[in-house]
Amino acid sequence: MSNLLQFSISEALFLLKKKEFSTKELVETYINAIEKTKDLNMYLTTCFDQALEQAKTSDQNYFNGNQRFLEGIPLGVKDMFCTLGIETTASSKILKKFIPTYESTVTQNLWKEGAINLGKLSCDEFAMGSSNETAAKGEVINPWNFEEKRTPGGSSGGSAAAVAAKAALAATGTDTGGSIRQPAAFCGVVGLKPTYGRCSRWGIVAFASSLDQAGPITRNVPDAALMLQVMCGYDPKDSTSSNKDVPNFYNDLGKSIKGIKIGIPEEYNSDGISSDILNAKDMTINFLKENGAEIIPVKLPLTKYSLPVYYIVAPAEASSNLARYDGVRYGARIDGNSLDEMYENTRNLGFGDEVKRRIMIGTYVLSSGYYDAYYLKAQKVRRLIKNEFTEIFKQVDYLVTPTTPTTAFKLGSTQDLLTMYLNDVFTVPASLAGIPGISLPIKLDKNKLPVGIQILGKDFDEQGLLNVANIIESCASFKDTPNGAAS
Amino acid sequence: MINTNKNSNYISGKTGDWEIVIGLEIHAQVLSSSKLFSGASTEFGKDPNHNVSLVDAAMPGMLPVINQTCIKQAIKSGIALNAEINKYSVFDRKNYFYADLPQGYQISQYKYPIVGEGSLQITDANGEDKVIGIERIHLEQDAGKSLHDQHPSKSFIDLNRTGVALMEIVSKPDLRSPEEAASYVKKIRTVLRYIETCDGNMEQGSLRADCNVSVRKPNGNLGTRCEIKNLNSIKFISQAIQYEAERQVEILENGGVIDQETRLFDTSTGETRSMRSKEDAHDYRYFPDPDLLPLELCDSQISEIRSDMPELPDQLVERLISEYGITKYDANVIAEEKEYVHYYENSAKDRDGKLVVNWMTSELFGLLKKNNIQFNQNPISPNYLNELVELIENKTISGKIAKDVFEIMFATSKSPKMIVKEKGLEQVTDDSAIEVFVDQVINENKDKVKEYLSGKDKLFGFFVGQVMKISQGKANPGLVNKILKSKLK
Repeated sequence: MSNLLQFSISEALFLLKKKEFSTKELVETYINAIEKTKDLNMYLTTCFDQALEQAKTSDQNYFNGNQRFLEGIPLGVKDMFCTLGIETTASSKILKKFIPTYESTVTQNLWKEGAINLGKLSCDEFAMGSSNETAAKGEVINPWNFEEKRTPGGSSGGSAAAVAAKAALAATGTDTGGSIRQPAAFCGVVGLKPTYGRCSRWGIVAFASSLDQAGPITRNVPDAALMLQVMCGYDPKDSTSSNKDVPNFYNDLGKSIKGIKIGIPEEYNSDGISSDILNAKDMTINFLKENGAEIIPVKLPLTKYSLPVYYIVAPAEASSNLARYDGVRYGARIDGNSLDEMYENTRNLGFGDEVKRRIMIGTYVLSSGYYDAYYLKAQKVRRLIKNEFTEIFKQVDYLVTPTTPTTAFKLGSTQDLLTMYLNDVFTVPASLAGIPGISLPIKLDKNKLPVGIQILGKDFDEQGLLNVANIIESCASFKDTPNGAAS
Repeated sequence: MINTNKNSNYISGKTGDWEIVIGLEIHAQVLSSSKLFSGASTEFGKDPNHNVSLVDAAMPGMLPVINQTCIKQAIKSGIALNAEINKYSVFDRKNYFYADLPQGYQISQYKYPIVGEGSLQITDANGEDKVIGIERIHLEQDAGKSLHDQHPSKSFIDLNRTGVALMEIVSKPDLRSPEEAASYVKKIRTVLRYIETCDGNMEQGSLRADCNVSVRKPNGNLGTRCEIKNLNSIKFISQAIQYEAERQVEILENGGVIDQETRLFDTSTGETRSMRSKEDAHDYRYFPDPDLLPLELCDSQISEIRSDMPELPDQLVERLISEYGITKYDANVIAEEKEYVHYYENSAKDRDGKLVVNWMTSELFGLLKKNNIQFNQNPISPNYLNELVELIENKTISGKIAKDVFEIMFATSKSPKMIVKEKGLEQVTDDSAIEVFVDQVINENKDKVKEYLSGKDKLFGFFVGQVMKISQGKANPGLVNKILKSKLK
């Protein structure tokens, strides 16, 4: 049997069904790959014994012909998802040794359909960061030009890197302001942020509740369709989850895009944007034209307010969401002489700098006397941004933009926080508007680093988004593998 | 010294009269089997941390889901308090750290409560009707309980109460005396118990009040208020308000100023003491809870609840007056508790309502109180009270005999008809039988008859008494009168 790592989910499912290889062999291959790529620091926790145990069940199911939708597919899970009996830390010291007694809805949906958990993937602490540098257990190294020690992006850096390094067949991520799409772009994989409400947030460690959304990170677009199909769906345990029907994303791929209108927003540009990224955008436009789509330049003048709005709304919600990490009931506790002192000690040593910074920003913007000027105003602007997207989607069907202003930068190279925050400038607007977005790799830049392109669509039009992405993916034919990948 | 002038509600101080201004925030636990945002049980008295879900313990990734029963209960309460039901309301987070607040915030309603302005009619200290304005009712989560007395160096936390739904009923500052405040709380309690949205159990903490108290010169500008937290009995509410108002008057009359602060009532000393000043007040950083969508109600939802509303105490009082012809005072006594109403209506069926209400409120309540028996343990069934009154109405027994029968009923739970029959207590209504008694009395008291006939009319009562005596109370008093009169001509 040739190297099992090369197969995508759809290929693996096909071959498993044909009994070309067993689930056990597939899982063992991935366990081996994880061991080989250990230096990239992607997994925080592994659960190989459990995975091998589940592989037996999967093989049994294939043997009996009653295999489930993702039977035997080995996945990595971002450490933001609570996993039953498996340590879940959100990459934070404050949740050290926290072992949930419950499984998040999204991961439960995956396991119910036969997918297998290889382990928990590193991310920025509480998903706050764009470089994976805020992770308590150290940064993840991007498998592309791994010797240069570049960032995998963040916050789902471990997830994107693991999929790129073939240390997981696919992974789950969460996206609050670009945390799926940006690392997917940096690691040359596909990252899909569904419409807000598509996937249940139940059991996902909350960062900013009105923005957080789970989604898949995969090798290719059809795999994203397969993963999303299983991950999403109405969950009565999440009041913000949508009861919209879930289409058969995978089966309905491949529709023609002839005549569809693609908007190219002129504001998705920045001073430092590289010619490689602009070139990738032009290539994408050409692919779309060749397939009969109509390209329309559009204006989204409120784009420039997205980042400031995001950095008010997200920290505000985070400051409140993270109040529960107080050392009283679970996770780390550092004692003190009084209750207040225990809180201070626990939170001071338990949280990293970036998390503390955001809690402070969030506390400030919500405080009496500042609420109206910051939080309330930001919410109003957020509404206007949402309206701007709604209006533009009356003119065009999809928007195409670069995913990031740069390709993966070197770890430790960004000292300036504002520059770091600018990484999210193209991904944040969709998060604020709640609309779906997908990033997929188009080419390598002059440094042999992947360049990602983002497609944005209307609320709940993931199907259309996947169709367009699928066509671009075929045209781009991006087949490179990072040198840090397992083989 | 400060004297209180009960008649005017005013406190008379050295510098003249002072008016007390009171506004109440009542926290009423919503009657619901599960909590406001989790499926955990609300059962009282369980072992610590028995009724706790993952949501209540604020485990990572847990989300609140609104309990529709609690929403209905709040709407019902709003309708009962003649209040506007807001079709759009929002749940906000009230952020503060405390060990028994697992989330680090309480989910409450701040800018957009589910119920808006309403009103409640109470009886003031002079027995007059007075309408008290309701500012709003909002839903919020209760906090847990910290136990500081279980261990020398540790505090224990009980999360059973965490997340239980409360309605905060905020009055306008319309109350003017401790008595009015007590009357208001009683009335709220009665209404909520009627419509079954709160069990009103104050000892268990199902109904507690925060009292905002200030004093001013009559009709002057409002003074600075102090808030007395967490009072869980009507008696304490009155006491705390009285003490607090007097304290404020004393400060003001001595040239001091009132600091706006939160105070606690010490039930052992009857005094209030400072808990925290305005400067130390928390900045709760309210903002809409992003885990919950705004609550939107449709007209049909509200009108459905409206059409299912049970009869409210005020409506009931009106009905009791018109249907049974009883006084407003009596109707109010009956309306105080739903079980009284049920009992009264059953025992008054086809009977004279006034007679029944008298038997119930004086004889029955008296015996219950004397024997220290709860109303629900009442040994006399409404059917039997009905029967007793029937025996009086159809003159089978006299009112006097009825009292004896009633005491036997109370002791034995037996039917009055059976008691009357067994003891032969039927009234004698046979003219000839009464004539025998009358003749005997006339024969035995010839001298008194002479006196009577010579003009001493007052002796008539003596003859009646003698007839009743020898008939062992069974002779029908009307007939005795009639026959005596005809024989004593």
